[in-house]
Amino acid sequence: MSGNSNMFMYSLTVLQPSAITQAILGAFSGKKQQEIIVAQGSRLSLLRPDAAQGKVHSVLTIDVFGIIRCLAAFRLAGSSKDYVIVGSDSGRITILEYQPQVNKFHRLHLETFGKSGVRRVIPGQFLACDPKGRACLISSVEKNKLVYVLNRNAQAELTISSPLEAHKPHCLVFALVALDVGYDNPVFAALEVDYGESDQDATGVAYENIEKMLVYYELDLGLNHVVRKWSDTVDRSANILFQVPGGTDGPSGVLVCAEDSIYYRHMGRSTHRVPIPRRRGACEDPNRRRTIISGVMHKMRGAFFFLLQTEDGDLLKVTLDYDDESGVSRIKVKYFDTVPIASSLCILKSGFLFVASEGGNHHFYQFEKLGDDDEEIEFSSDNFSPDPLDRTVPIYFHPRAPENLSLVEAIDSMNPLVDCKIANLTDDDAPQIYTVCGSGPRSTFRTLKHGLETTEIVSSELPGVPSAVWTTKLTNGDEFDAYIVLSFTNGTLVLSIGETVEEVTDTGFLSSAPTLAVQQLGEDALLQVHPKGIRHIRADRRVNEWPAPQHRSIVAASTNSRQVAVALSSGEIVYFEMDSDGQLAEYEEKKEMSGTVTCLSLGEVPEGRVRSSFLAVGCDDATVRILSLDPDSTLESKSVQALTSAPSSLCIMSMPDSASETSRSLTLYLHIGLYSGVYLRTVLDTVTGELTDTRTRFLGPKPVKIFKVIAQGLPSVLALSSRPWLGYSDARGQFMLTPLTYPMLEWGWTFSSEQCPEGMVGIQGQNLRIFTIEKLTDNLQQESIPLSYTPRKMLKHPDQPVFYVAEADANTLSVATKQKLMNSAQNGDTNELAPAEFGNPRGEGHWASCISVVDPISKEVTQRIELEENEAAFSIAAVSFSSQDDEWFLVVGTGKDTCLSPRKSANGYIHIYRFLNDGKELEFIHKTKVDEPPLALLGFQGRLLAGIGKDLKIYDLGMKQLLRKAQGQVAPNVINGLQTQGSRIIVSDVQESVTYVVYKYQDNRLIPFADDMIPRFTTCTTMVDYETVAGGDRFGNFWIVRCPQKASDESDEDPAGGHLIHERSYLQGAPNRLNLMCHFYPQDIPTSVQKAQLVTGGRDTLVWTGLQGTIGLMVPFVSREDVDFFQTLEQHMRTEDAPIAGRDHLIYRSYYVPVKGVIDGDLCENYSLLSRDKKAMIAAELDRSVREVERKIADMRSRVAY
Amino acid sequence: MADKLRATQQLEQLQARYVGTGHADTTKFEWVSNVHRDTYASYIGHPPLLEYMSVATGEPMAKMRTKFIEKMIQPVGKPPEKED
Repeated sequence: MSGNSNMFMYSLTVLQPSAITQAILGAFSGKKQQEIIVAQGSRLSLLRPDAAQGKVHSVLTIDVFGIIRCLAAFRLAGSSKDYVIVGSDSGRITILEYQPQVNKFHRLHLETFGKSGVRRVIPGQFLACDPKGRACLISSVEKNKLVYVLNRNAQAELTISSPLEAHKPHCLVFALVALDVGYDNPVFAALEVDYGESDQDATGVAYENIEKMLVYYELDLGLNHVVRKWSDTVDRSANILFQVPGGTDGPSGVLVCAEDSIYYRHMGRSTHRVPIPRRRGACEDPNRRRTIISGVMHKMRGAFFFLLQTEDGDLLKVTLDYDDESGVSRIKVKYFDTVPIASSLCILKSGFLFVASEGGNHHFYQFEKLGDDDEEIEFSSDNFSPDPLDRTVPIYFHPRAPENLSLVEAIDSMNPLVDCKIANLTDDDAPQIYTVCGSGPRSTFRTLKHGLETTEIVSSELPGVPSAVWTTKLTNGDEFDAYIVLSFTNGTLVLSIGETVEEVTDTGFLSSAPTLAVQQLGEDALLQVHPKGIRHIRADRRVNEWPAPQHRSIVAASTNSRQVAVALSSGEIVYFEMDSDGQLAEYEEKKEMSGTVTCLSLGEVPEGRVRSSFLAVGCDDATVRILSLDPDSTLESKSVQALTSAPSSLCIMSMPDSASETSRSLTLYLHIGLYSGVYLRTVLDTVTGELTDTRTRFLGPKPVKIFKVIAQGLPSVLALSSRPWLGYSDARGQFMLTPLTYPMLEWGWTFSSEQCPEGMVGIQGQNLRIFTIEKLTDNLQQESIPLSYTPRKMLKHPDQPVFYVAEADANTLSVATKQKLMNSAQNGDTNELAPAEFGNPRGEGHWASCISVVDPISKEVTQRIELEENEAAFSIAAVSFSSQDDEWFLVVGTGKDTCLSPRKSANGYIHIYRFLNDGKELEFIHKTKVDEPPLALLGFQGRLLAGIGKDLKIYDLGMKQLLRKAQGQVAPNVINGLQTQGSRIIVSDVQESVTYVVYKYQDNRLIPFADDMIPRFTTCTTMVDYETVAGGDRFGNFWIVRCPQKASDESDEDPAGGHLIHERSYLQGAPNRLNLMCHFYPQDIPTSVQKAQLVTGGRDTLVWTGLQGTIGLMVPFVSREDVDFFQTLEQHMRTEDAPIAGRDHLIYRSYYVPVKGVIDGDLCENYSLLSRDKKAMIAAELDRSVREVERKIADMRSRVAY
Repeated sequence: MADKLRATQQLEQLQARYVGTGHADTTKFEWVSNVHRDTYASYIGHPPLLEYMSVATGEPMAKMRTKFIEKMIQPVGKPPEKED
């Protein structure tokens, strides 16, 4: 840790980035099944598509603590397993193997080739692998190319050679692909431009005449060197290459895609060209030329085809006609379907298409057909000249609804996440996260709620209000449950499970009394406990009844397959055990408890044993006692745990535990639910019966009931309070407690039938409900409301649960323009396409923009105001003007004829809207012309504060327009954010970090008094306290700066500010400098940061969101001991669990500025994944036990987040 | 003399290996072009940064990437006339 900060934060990720940089396909498990590996920020995830269910399951996610830039899969000849090559910012090439048995990535090779970091000449940008897995080429944008030969040694292990260089100075690479040449020497093709000459030529002629070259690099395996085998000029606008199958599968060569053209090129073969078909439509510009942005080649039994995607998202099917002698004779292209714009496309052999979208949800499609015999026009290269200099006649198609692909699953993706607000609008116990994300017409407003997704199977009303429900099998060997037993206040109802669920009466159960417990006992008997006794129902329907002693009734019972314990109203405990001939034998002595027994728990009989050795007894004197059940010490007290309230429910069960002695072994836990709504989990020592490591959690105001259930094949706990919660082990083996997105239940039990092997049954009021839990991996549930254009900013109404979103899309036709074009078009061309699937029609220099009023409660957009005259909304604020009796107004800042690069606008406007109908509608009042588009607006002391270019201006509301009251130039470039407390204004600049400004009311002046010493390209800020600002910048840094106390005090001293104005400027800036408190590189670009609580009773944390869909937390440390502990732990983790892609963790987190005052919680949490030895070693260094370390790590998260 | 020669050789080696390593006669044009080329390479190499610009402009990331590499050819316009 560099520097001594007195502020320390703990960085945690709540939701990992969902943007996919690249997706690759392969058989990574070594089985027939194809899997997808995706790079998401610094994470590498393995996805397993399930063809039968049409779903994609996430199997493994690891954090490589580096920037993943490229991925490639390769397979050694004769092998059935694909390996992964990862190109990252570590300056190293990493080869990983997926090990399905342990579900881990194993690093096979890590070869250093250059400096770390993303640099112009350090390879890692482009990566291509020979299709036969013999070599790979890794290249930088400029100059450097390295070829590694891949082979296997005598032990059949993968070997990698030292790198062969193919450098060429002044050479820029646009695209790289490996050629399919069968078993000839591996060849790689690159699209290159040489700028050497144009850099010397002052006349500019050389620049005009620059040619783009297609270059073949051949790796001579015999001589072990790389040669530039062939190069030829291609279209100047060429941007992407695709491999054409070779060897026995096809003609070899490449497809070169350029603006408006697709070429086939190969050494010694003729060139062919076909134009890229353009969309035909009333709103489409017929002269707009398309480019190919992504694509995929698919081979199947002797044939192959390409699906290439244009920038509109249209997929084009490209096929080649060829014969073995003369090679390719023509290219054919036709429109296939339209899918979202993809960063990667993967075609699975099982007939699915995975689309990793650039923005919005990722899609998983099934092929209905391959577009072979439809009515689409097929264009052939026969009619077009192959010379790039010849202009071709454009060709057109009509986009239509998908015919060949059908969407089977959409995988939630928050990418790009533009803005976020955390608020509790639904009066739940925890706040919700409201976000705007997506780009273009696929934008959405998303609500995130903490909880597990449940699927309801049955919900049926019952004649009365049941108090409890059980399911039971008939014999020990049964796979599924046979009966549902419902207990009412005055009786018991038994339902049989089969094709239909119906009542049965001849089961031997006593139906005239309520039931306390139901159990399948021994081999084939059933047991019912009711207040007056115990019925033991044998397989032949003989019934043995044990009556409760006179004047006493049974108040609590617990059973397992061999033991029964009941508590009587007198406070006695009677214990039974099944003997060898299946009879229940009562233990002679009764144990007298001090108070009334409220609950009992026996726990399951462990495998290979005849009894569970502990009975947990909860009494109303707020204690839990553990009694021994061993034959020589039956019902002797082993240990006592005092509680804060009387226990309402107990459950002894064994669960997997990452801190246990051996991996995968089970640990015995006692789960305790209290009447006060608190849930406790303690470890029960299997030998001594001691209770250790108690963890508590408040679940809700109602008494907690605890049940053992099965979720995803693992024993889990269903804890019912004011909400149902599930306790389970997550992928890291950590115990997680997550609420279910399901109504409150009074009782729950497992349910297993043929249709639903792993369900749960519960009682809610008068209803019987059966449901399942599909996924334990997603603990945030998303709901989306579609928006029209890319959101820029969002705002919550100051009082009402309504949001306002400013949306704008560049180079897109507005609704008015579209309508005009539609009206003037001839018939036939006017069928409008759904923008969410086909995108909006584009138009250079046009802006489409609107303000949407979103009601997240009713999940709809209540009003949409389209902006006209080429205005685009960039900022939004709610301001209460004191001149208008403190009425709230919505203020929107827009730019007219805005051009983004270079930044330029005709002028800007500030629109004023009045809130109507509780904020659900807006009424336009007036707009005011300003010089530049205001990128930041804020309500300030009853007036409007606007950042317009470099100037900060204060406006008041007038009848016809806004009236300027004060003005000051405070920022060096463009103001893009404002925060305020009191008279202090924090101004963030697009390039120059933040400036602290004070407003002097008497002088009506805005005076900057402190600024920063580093240029930070600020994206978002928030005031942590009066002196401190947390923010993020465009390069993916998160930082906290603080104003020196003295400067802060002085700025407020003088009401007139004369002293401040005349203070000397320090080094051409403000008189004071800010101090850096914390700095951290989370990689994703922070787009919003705010102080919020994520869980009830949790502390305030800084919640930030990242562009790629990250939601992260910065948790302040309270005590110095914790800081020391985590600093030491982080240090050990860095050395013991070094990042897999070879990046140094400390340097990665210090990417632009040395990390300061922040501990990487994501790294610390990897502790639970270490091997037992390493865990013990680190724990010993920290002077703690493994369990204590894990508990500390888990507490850091569970105290503030999920 | 031998030391000076070695220093020159080492510098030349550095200049060959690391593009942009300066020398006594680096012109403003060379320096500025180099800075701009580094900047564009950084835009391309950091996926979030590329996406940030792609979202703002509404262009697909692949197009932005090509555009930036294209700009690397001559980032700051024509080189100045040589004086000799």
